[in-house]
Amino acid sequence: MKEKIAIKVDDLTVAYNFKPVLWDIDLSVPEGVLMAIVGPNGAGKSTLIKAMLDIIKPIAGSVEIFGKPYKKQYKEVAYVPQKGSVDWDFPTTALDVVMMGTYGSLGWIKRPGRQQKKEALEALEKVGMLEFRSRQISQLSGGQQQRIFLARALVQKASIYIMDEPFQGVDATTEKAIINILKELRKEGKTVVVVHHDLQTVPEYFDWVTFLNVKKIATGSVKDIFNDDNLTKTYGINYKVSVLQ
Amino acid sequence: MSVQEYFSLVFTDYTLRTITLGTAILGIVCGMLGSFAVLRKQSLLGDAISHAALPGIVIAFLITGAKNSNTLLVGALISGLIGTFWIKGIITKTHLKSDTALGLILSLFFGFGMLLLTFVQKMPNAQQAGLDKYLFGQAATLVESDVWLMGGVMLIALVVLVVFWKEFKLQHFDADYTKSLGFNTRFLDVVMTALIVLSIVIGLQTVGVVLMSAMLLAPAAAARQWTNNLAVMIFLAAVFGAFSGIFGTAISATSNNLSTGPVIVLIAAFFVVISFIFSPGRGLLFKQIRHWKNRNDLQLHKTLYFMYEIAKTHQDISHPHAVKILNNFQGYTKNSLKSLADREYITVDGAMWSLTPKGYEKAINLYNQQDNLND
Ligand SMILES: Nc1ncnc2c1ncn2[C@@H]1O[C@H](COP(=O)(O)OP(=O)(O)OP(=O)(O)O)[C@@H](O)[C@H]1O
Ligand SMILES: [Mg+2]
Repeated sequence: MKEKIAIKVDDLTVAYNFKPVLWDIDLSVPEGVLMAIVGPNGAGKSTLIKAMLDIIKPIAGSVEIFGKPYKKQYKEVAYVPQKGSVDWDFPTTALDVVMMGTYGSLGWIKRPGRQQKKEALEALEKVGMLEFRSRQISQLSGGQQQRIFLARALVQKASIYIMDEPFQGVDATTEKAIINILKELRKEGKTVVVVHHDLQTVPEYFDWVTFLNVKKIATGSVKDIFNDDNLTKTYGINYKVSVLQ
Repeated sequence: MSVQEYFSLVFTDYTLRTITLGTAILGIVCGMLGSFAVLRKQSLLGDAISHAALPGIVIAFLITGAKNSNTLLVGALISGLIGTFWIKGIITKTHLKSDTALGLILSLFFGFGMLLLTFVQKMPNAQQAGLDKYLFGQAATLVESDVWLMGGVMLIALVVLVVFWKEFKLQHFDADYTKSLGFNTRFLDVVMTALIVLSIVIGLQTVGVVLMSAMLLAPAAAARQWTNNLAVMIFLAAVFGAFSGIFGTAISATSNNLSTGPVIVLIAAFFVVISFIFSPGRGLLFKQIRHWKNRNDLQLHKTLYFMYEIAKTHQDISHPHAVKILNNFQGYTKNSLKSLADREYITVDGAMWSLTPKGYEKAINLYNQQDNLND
């Protein structure tokens, strides 16, 4: 079977202040998978996605998106950052944040217009936030803020979606709503990479998984590699998948 | 001179007009650019830049012997920029925290500047150059060319903000995301920092090294309180800045001994205090009032619910009951009874009360209402 590789990570090493937090990572994400990145706190999950997105410069190695460097492919990729990484007291509205998703295709200087607003409203509708479009973002709940971030990425109409803990601090309803949208994206042939903490739901939500703890422990289909052995290697304690499943 | 006289003279008197125009423009520039500094929570950056400008002023004087302010401000600009890029360099190249880097550069440059200043003051022609005016500013020394310079900087800032409006907004909200969309955030960062350095440099003669960062931050911090819209915030900050400049100049011109810079900064600080207390939405006063009102409402709702529990034991919900029954209920007062009657939830007839259909409805909805947000 010859499948297209969406994201290819080669010998990637990243360090903050000379302390390596990612060590020699090799990774291929096939197109069309819904992949979880799992690993303990501080394992370097956020760092790995930031390196994929060219936000952090690695000290060695490279990342390719559909065979080309990120700089040439940024229109193919949509990013959902960790919710806590921005100041939600910023003076702006939900609709305005979602419109930011159109800025990349607009390019420099050009302002969003009616078309961009229409796309943003559609994305808000999709995540069930249409009625909150004029809300000041600080007056949204954590789950609603997460939906806004998701809508902002959806507006980008990308081929690859990279998300940092989109389920953090959301209730069961929102989690279901988000995962349904992600599965819909996969159905459309998009590639979705999600940093995920809830090991229980990995087999239910995802078909591909990467275990990470500074080094890459394993990567492959959930069916093949989501097992005791890899969990133990990653988390350092005895995990029983049988209990999880 | 009284303040009225000042405002009648401002349009005819050359000196007054120059100074007033200069301080007003300075206020506008600082308000606009300070808004971005406040949103990025980089309050100390302005302080570090202005302090870093001091050695540049003295060195420019030592090299050229010039007394005109524009030459000295070029020196300020250069050392301000050097200081800024050292700060950025330290933050990216070492593992020092950003406020450590800022504090370090601030004290290093300012200390060096003061050292040079005391040395230069002993030289014969230094007194006339009046270098010490750059410490706390001296608006009275503003001349027309200074005002043109300030106007030029204002125009540049305005044009740049309008052109890169979408990019700056995006970057200040979410820098990583901005990068992921393919924008060059380094370029944006350099442009914004350069504008802030420029705005600080043009303020040194008026407000001085020491107070300049307050001039940058205060109007913006005040403006943030009144609005949740970035464009409106920047506009308000510019207005507050301009008013600080104008009133500061008016007050110091009408009371001979007050130096203009500190008065301007005090007026700006006054705007901050007023805004933090009185702005609707974010202001302390309205927050407190809302808190009291909520507490009061909660108390009333509890009483109403208690009455509802009594009323529903009777077939006719509006059947009168004795006020006395309520006496044992915590939170019941004569006033709360009156408030409930005012809202037509109950009617009171002498020593008897009865629930109205409206009150009954309200009480039922009180506890199965999930969505109290907009209530
Ligand atoms: N900006 C930074 N400067 C220095 N060290 C950092 C920085 N960001 C992250 N680190 C360090 O790098 C390591 C990996 O961090 P990262 O945020 O990638 O972990 P993570 O797997 O996403 O963790 P979490 O599950 O807590 O989100 C951690 O040890 C962290 O302390
Ligand atoms: Mg993380």
